[in-house]
Amino acid sequence: MNGIHDLGGMHGLGPIIREENEPVFHAPWEGRAFGLFAATFVFAGYTVDEFRHEIEKMGHAEYLEHSYYEHWLVAFEQVLEKRGFVTAEERAKRMAELEKGVH
Amino acid sequence: MPTHAKEADPALRVKVLESILTEKGLIDPKALDALVDTFEHKIGPRNGARVVAKAWVDPAYRQRLLTDGTAAIKELGYSGLQGEDMVVLENTDEVHNMVVCTLCSCYPWPTLGLPPVWYKSAPYRARVVADPRGVLAEFGVTIPETTEVRVWDTTAELRYLVLPKRPEGTDGLSEEQLAALVTRDSMIGVGVLAAAA
Repeated sequence: MNGIHDLGGMHGLGPIIREENEPVFHAPWEGRAFGLFAATFVFAGYTVDEFRHEIEKMGHAEYLEHSYYEHWLVAFEQVLEKRGFVTAEERAKRMAELEKGVH
Repeated sequence: MPTHAKEADPALRVKVLESILTEKGLIDPKALDALVDTFEHKIGPRNGARVVAKAWVDPAYRQRLLTDGTAAIKELGYSGLQGEDMVVLENTDEVHNMVVCTLCSCYPWPTLGLPPVWYKSAPYRARVVADPRGVLAEFGVTIPETTEVRVWDTTAELRYLVLPKRPEGTDGLSEEQLAALVTRDSMIGVGVLAAAA
């Protein structure tokens, strides 16, 4: 499937920004998201191709505006929902609870 | 995608998934802690540097590395997720190799750890295949015009590791000392190693 992820050769995306002494994760949540990849892979039985496909279906502007691990979050949510492990309703409910300080 | 997910703080979204999956007994938060610790502290470019240094001092190993990268890298104990199918590209006076994943972020985790943000960023992925010498210049690297530059685009299955040229003036160094000279960028192909002073 072609789309915004197929970036090879595209013009106008600006300079390559490098960071000296870059940390492996830029925030604790990135580490948790990374850990979820290996952990969910085991029980949910999805493939890297499927994971990437979910990212590739993101809207073009959304894809460019969001960070790498935010892309992963989109993929987790979709893959886990498709397989019935975590529904959108469960996520919304837990989100509301966490925002209220429950859990 | 539901609207709320777009708007929510990513830290909260991760917490939502982690807490539901933990509650259902599908994941163990301690396993996540261990994974984070492993990739923050144990797996990184030092692994790849040991592979490179060994290839420089041991011609038979170098040959095995170029013939079957996965097996030769495993000899040093590096294998697993995102390193299942490794191809090693040797830089010479004739050819300079560099690596990208234009479609996403594929990178050899067991030998280099997790990729830096610039490797996963749109500008690098877009430009390196169209203007590799321009990108190298941004990294402060100039490759002679007589050297061919090859850019390798990683697939979802295969991972590349560049075997950089051994710096001049390092004849007397031990394998360990040589490994200390090898940079992450030289194993992606966006860096070259300077001659020893």
